[in-house]
Amino acid sequence: MNRRDALKWMAAAIGTVSFLDAAPRSLGSGQKGGYGTDPDLLKGAVPWSRTLNDRQLKLTAALADLILPRAGGNSPSASELKVPDFIDEWISAPYPDQQRDRATVLEGLEWMDAEAARRFERDFVALSATEAIAICDDICFPPAAAPKYARAARFFSTFRNLCLGGYYTTDVGMRDAGYVGNIPLPAFNGPPPEVLKRLGIERAPW
Amino acid sequence: MPHIETKDLSQYDVIVVGSGAAGGQSAYTFAMEGARVLMLEAGRNYDPLTETPMFQTPDKAPLRAAPTPDKPYGYFDATVDGGWELPGEPYTLGSEHAFRWWRSRMLGGRTNHWGRISLRNGPYDFKPYSRDGLGFDWPLSYEEVAPYYDKVELLIGIYGRNDGLENCPHSPDGVLLPPPKARASELVFHRAGAKMGIPVIPIHRAVLTERLRAQEISRRIHPRNPRAARILAQEMDQRLACFWATHCNRGCSIKATYQSTTVHLPPALATGNLDILTDAMTQEIETDPQGKARGVRFVDKSTGKTHVARARVVVLAASALESVRLLLNSRSARHPEGLGNSSGLLGRYIMDSVGSTLGGQVPALESLPPHNEDGAGGAHVYAPWWLHPDQAAAKLDFPRGYYIGMGPSRPMPAAGTFNFLESMTKGAYGVRLKEDARRYYGSMVGFSARGEMIPNKDCYAELDPVVKDRWGSPVLRFHWKWSDHELRQVAHIQRTFAEVISAMGGKLGKRAADPTGRNAISQAGTIIHEVGGAMMGEKRETSVTNRFSQVWDAPNIIMADGATFCSNSYKNPTLTIMALAWRAADHAMEGMKRGDL
Repeated sequence: MNRRDALKWMAAAIGTVSFLDAAPRSLGSGQKGGYGTDPDLLKGAVPWSRTLNDRQLKLTAALADLILPRAGGNSPSASELKVPDFIDEWISAPYPDQQRDRATVLEGLEWMDAEAARRFERDFVALSATEAIAICDDICFPPAAAPKYARAARFFSTFRNLCLGGYYTTDVGMRDAGYVGNIPLPAFNGPPPEVLKRLGIERAPW
Repeated sequence: MPHIETKDLSQYDVIVVGSGAAGGQSAYTFAMEGARVLMLEAGRNYDPLTETPMFQTPDKAPLRAAPTPDKPYGYFDATVDGGWELPGEPYTLGSEHAFRWWRSRMLGGRTNHWGRISLRNGPYDFKPYSRDGLGFDWPLSYEEVAPYYDKVELLIGIYGRNDGLENCPHSPDGVLLPPPKARASELVFHRAGAKMGIPVIPIHRAVLTERLRAQEISRRIHPRNPRAARILAQEMDQRLACFWATHCNRGCSIKATYQSTTVHLPPALATGNLDILTDAMTQEIETDPQGKARGVRFVDKSTGKTHVARARVVVLAASALESVRLLLNSRSARHPEGLGNSSGLLGRYIMDSVGSTLGGQVPALESLPPHNEDGAGGAHVYAPWWLHPDQAAAKLDFPRGYYIGMGPSRPMPAAGTFNFLESMTKGAYGVRLKEDARRYYGSMVGFSARGEMIPNKDCYAELDPVVKDRWGSPVLRFHWKWSDHELRQVAHIQRTFAEVISAMGGKLGKRAADPTGRNAISQAGTIIHEVGGAMMGEKRETSVTNRFSQVWDAPNIIMADGATFCSNSYKNPTLTIMALAWRAADHAMEGMKRGDL
């Protein structure tokens, strides 16, 4: 059963009867500028506007695709799954965590271009793969980064986590990682025999 | 708020404040037995059938559904208008030891998003003081409550198994639904547990693993009330079995999990005996010159107008601490320190569960063939407290116990699921990062404990002398202090979790086990098992309510939620709250029929 059929099946199964009339939504009044405490859970809308300009978005896409590149036919790149747009959405949100990441990302993007110019006299997006990797290798793991790259490494760390979060929460991305759920099943049978075999478990205890 | 202008607010037998587990159960019992019930819910109307985000992937939500101050458990969590902070409804802290208070302002309250873990208190849990001299005995035995556990389990539907372990009572034949198969990581935990002498067994949760046999169950629950049985059977037939997808904390539009809104309220409404007012914030209980309750005063949040509703019985089910606050705010000449506070114990001895976590990575679970482990949208296994013999032999340095729970290893990825990759891969990026995501996804394990806290006098709630909510009612000020009992227990938890991870062939994640317990104990309140404040007891001098949850000073007030807990076992409180609410409602019905109430 595919997703669309599943939803139809579910709609038929539950019928249309609700036991109380729908009430008007009360107005959320949590974080100013956020989606409030009572947003529409079925249709998530982003109420805030984006931050990044065209140059920053291109740089974001280049770096995101370096972190999560296309890898064969079923494994698209970060930008193919709109990860740069997600990063823009994230750093534009009014909430405290995102505001903290906003400062980190905006500063980090400027640093990437400045470092590219310093080393190769070009913008980051114009670098060859080898050149871009030379910079990233210096900042890709904060515990191993030289002191002068500490801030840039913190940025890379945040940026990589945003790429991972944006990528693997899409339908395509989560399946790439090996998640195969989110479809209705008539029964749950536990791990298949090949998994039990790999684990060295002859028989499930129940 | 529908109908408020046209209803006569003095025509009811019972007013129920709150619509969650306790309110739902109370309204159900009273309405099914023929009493006319008015339910007041402070939040908005909420309909899981049309509002539950089933199947939505995180990219269908802002910020990939990550937690925010507006939605602290993530965008798809069923909670609306709830959280650690509510606009216009503050609380304050009277000591440096912080307490956090989760509230849901919505029909069905916290039952909409809860974990559905449904464990019976055992015989020891009702008499803890008699066993080790700490805390308080309940004025109840397990045997007295057992018939109500049976009925609640039949009504809401619980999967699990009778394993015959010490202090983990059996459910009668035909009550439990089949437990789901263990997942891969749960099987590896089971194997490690067997090596260590820790029994890893099916947990009990309020999820239908098969359709309920509606006719048979309804007659079993209501043997002498054919109309109630007929109504319940009709509503029970609307519930479908779990289809093994989407997490229960989103709520359930096919009614496969228990929510007050899909299980308790539909049959209660179908009797015609229940009216529900939403956006109705109760402020105070009004009393007559003899000191008995005669009704409640509430604010219609949509208009700001105050109304009074009258009834013979008032049930407080607003959540333990909100119900305590209502009593504290109901002061009169006869009840100068708050209604029901002649013992001075109102607001005292509040508790939460002890919580502690530790995570690791298990190579045996790496690179497994992809397979579906959504399962029943929550835990399938747990390890209930297994060291009663050691404790009896005085081999442990803390009293009481805890259970081990385990998080899912192959959940639908969330925004932060893969953040572990940086340290695991020492900073990989590029194609290798994707390969490592596939390799390590499913190999991360997380353990979580729920332990028993001993009630102590340093944990209490009182009215703040200054701060008021937006409607002018004084708010609660919390005081909290863990004792060494809890800290030593957490040290044991941390040690045990490290051993379990090691026995699974794994290694600890970034965080090491905490040998002191001090840094690894969850912040008070954050397990959301806060109970107590109106403790139940044998005598009015030493408790707030009697053994039927009636306030000693005003017996037509029933404390139906966790406020009456004089002791909080390691088992999640919701099932016990429902059992005691049912018992209290049965007793009050008899009282009303006799004319005592």
